[in-house]
Amino acid sequence: MYEKNGEKYFVVDSHMHYWDASPENWVAGAEQYAKGWIECFHAYQSLGPAETHWSIEHFQKYSEADVMKDLFEDGHVDVAIAQPTYLKEWYTEGFNTTERNGQLLRKYPEKFRLNTRFDPRDGEAGMREFERNVEEWKPLGAKLYTAEWNGDSRGFKLSDPECYKFLERAQELGIRNIHIHKGPTIWPLDKDAFDVSDVDKAATTFQGLNFVVEHVGLPRIEDFCFMATQEPNVYAGLSVVLGGLMHARPRFFAKVMGELLFWVGEDKMTFGSDYAIWEPRWQVEGLVDWDYPEGHDYDDYPRLGVEGKKKILGLNAAKLYDIPVPEELQLKGDSPAAQDDAELVNREVAQA
Amino acid sequence: MTVLSDTRVLGSNADAAAAATGTTARVWEALRTVRDPELDTDVVSLDFVAAVEVSDDGVAHVSLRLPTYFCAPNFAFLMVADAHDVVSAAAGVSRADVVLIDHFASDAINTGVAARAGFVNSMAGTEVGEAVAELDELRRTFTERALMAGTDLVVRPLMREGATPEQVAAMTLGEAVALSGASDDLRRLRTRRRELGIPSDDTDPLVVDPTGRTVGVDALPLHLRKARSYQVGVDANTSICRGQLAARYGV
Repeated sequence: MYEKNGEKYFVVDSHMHYWDASPENWVAGAEQYAKGWIECFHAYQSLGPAETHWSIEHFQKYSEADVMKDLFEDGHVDVAIAQPTYLKEWYTEGFNTTERNGQLLRKYPEKFRLNTRFDPRDGEAGMREFERNVEEWKPLGAKLYTAEWNGDSRGFKLSDPECYKFLERAQELGIRNIHIHKGPTIWPLDKDAFDVSDVDKAATTFQGLNFVVEHVGLPRIEDFCFMATQEPNVYAGLSVVLGGLMHARPRFFAKVMGELLFWVGEDKMTFGSDYAIWEPRWQVEGLVDWDYPEGHDYDDYPRLGVEGKKKILGLNAAKLYDIPVPEELQLKGDSPAAQDDAELVNREVAQA
Repeated sequence: MTVLSDTRVLGSNADAAAAATGTTARVWEALRTVRDPELDTDVVSLDFVAAVEVSDDGVAHVSLRLPTYFCAPNFAFLMVADAHDVVSAAAGVSRADVVLIDHFASDAINTGVAARAGFVNSMAGTEVGEAVAELDELRRTFTERALMAGTDLVVRPLMREGATPEQVAAMTLGEAVALSGASDDLRRLRTRRRELGIPSDDTDPLVVDPTGRTVGVDALPLHLRKARSYQVGVDANTSICRGQLAARYGV
């Protein structure tokens, strides 16, 4: 919880990681990719305030104690949603698996929600693994990397028939939220991996699922916006938007926020720190303090008030994940915080 | 054994570009015509040129660098191939030797460009994996986006000065120049239109969609709103890329 000027903000960090990218975990023969990946992430951290930068050694592998301090003691976070990133082609034990994140959930069940993942290219074995993970961890969400390498494949689309089988099964198993990485640092070969048209198709087909597009399709924000404005069950995950732009490029950040508020709206935007790329503290405090800079460039963008910031920082995600919000932290006179579309989806799921 | 060292060339290219003379200066000038299609900015301005050296026999050695090890190889290939073409054509250059450094697909791209093999052939059988399409369509897609983004840069100032939607919808390129002068943004917009095969003489309409059709006054507000979103996307992306490059190379 973060309090400023008498206003209290319930904070859900809806996109964070607990990874191990230390050299001991690099796959022999793929060291250059494992090293390149974590260095690429580390360069992103440089876009945050200097006093929050870590050494590469710390960044490669941080402890459970670091997570608890950076998120909950210092970072104002009430509940964090741990998202997996497997990358087993490069990291022997995986970069950030369901099991690894699960250590946090086991120890601090009230502080975390755990998401799992699937990869449709893993076929039947992958389906069984997905089912086992759902059985074991009871997640409400899954995180997908459509551009992840897998054997000879350099990516898949949500609209692939194999993926539809997994989405159908996910829905049956009670998964509600599909987070999709559509953003930078992954390497499309010749397919445009930032293309969001596959999300558009899947969101239309699977009305019982919410699709949270992490990193809002950067660098193709506009395609994401034009799509999200037409799909009630598509959300904007603000990871990287806040971390990568708010401090380093405040004027561009303001324009991106303006675009998202105009096309997508404050009811469908969710805060995510992308920890450990960036710590949540400066992002939470910065967003609460944020307003458009002076100048006519921002005149025709929707304003973002205290209520909107409360929704973005936590209430929208709390709704998506059934996270109980203390009475005093809910919006006044309006207990259902997120928007009607999300409610509709949840009702349909409940009825199914 | 995998080699994990890299060949980082630290610092900005601005001083080297400014100090160059003779053939070397012409190579730098040629490189200013090579752009990152995604950012719609030239590779010299972006600081993507790590080094230029011209040997006594006229061989131009150019190394290019990108913000991250994992920048998209399709865009990287386009830039290296374009640089190879323009440097080869620069006066005084006998042969161009253009290489991409510090990138996961460096070997495949450099070998492919040098052999003029095309993207699909260059990637075949490499660690990077198979590519299924050449890049012409990608280039066109991004030129279309550049047209949309450029429309925002040119039209928004006009409307801030008081031009009405009716006037903008009916305006020609020549009238826009008369109103606001021949800005860099307007010049660039005309260049992108020519690349897309869209007429861009003074008597041609100012606002067109990426297929070259005029946009009527009714559709204009949404068209401009979208044009602005494209421009914001390019700006945001450019700022992240610049930040990454700065962190990686200390520029």
